Amino acid sequence: MTSPLQLCIRRTPSPGTTALGTRVQLKMPSEIACIEQAVSLVTRHCLSGSAASDHLRFRLQVALAEALANAVMRGNEEDPAKFVQVDAELFADHFRVQVTDEGIGFDPAQIPEPVHPEQIAEACGRGLFLIRKLVDDVQFNEQGNSICMTLRRR
Amino acid sequence: MGFHQTKDAGGAVVVRVDGQLIVGNRQELKDLINGGLDQGERKFLIDFARTGYIDSSGLGALVSLSKRVRELGGELRLSGLNEDLRSLFELTKLDTLFAIADTPEQALANF
Repeated sequence: MTSPLQLCIRRTPSPGTTALGTRVQLKMPSEIACIEQAVSLVTRHCLSGSAASDHLRFRLQVALAEALANAVMRGNEEDPAKFVQVDAELFADHFRVQVTDEGIGFDPAQIPEPVHPEQIAEACGRGLFLIRKLVDDVQFNEQGNSICMTLRRR
Repeated sequence: MGFHQTKDAGGAVVVRVDGQLIVGNRQELKDLINGGLDQGERKFLIDFARTGYIDSSGLGALVSLSKRVRELGGELRLSGLNEDLRSLFELTKLDTLFAIADTPEQALANF
């Protein structure tokens, strides 16, 4: 069975400099079952060639899993006609991972804090909160259908 | 990958999470625990010693399972969380909702 994930890796001749060394792109269908494999693929390529700590790997895995789940379930509403695009740019000291869906977008400012006393026992609503806690910077596009996460290789 | 279920000599159901606990398999865990509840089990331990990562859906599944187990007079405990996994519970303050032990043995000792 072939994977429904479409992976594209582009490497420039000078990885290890502060200039862009590698670009990793992944196109995935809006299927929950694809998320774990997508996380595994993107993580492996983002951290290849460097001595990544288990902590960095963990932060990337969880943040990416959250961003992909949001894109698949909320953005694309699991519509089989829609895809999720992952675009990672790898630099010597950091990398940026952008996850974009084909949905109408959302306003991240409207998401309630899940650690308020009345929210703690709720079953959902922790995804974006975890992303903000685990990565070094988070940016959204104006439409709210694309999230860009930056992690430093410390 | 998946869930490995055993029963402790003291009567607790022990579920080991092999791999991740994420949106793609959280329902399987919920079905496992709810099935145990339906059969009269009331003591559950979920062990994460072989777990890579947990996402917010996995955390949410644990919250809803813990609530249901408590409503039926039982208890759900957790063990085997490494430093990174434990940080997820601390960041979300879920460490205040769960009894978390370092090892299954410690969790089962006074269960």
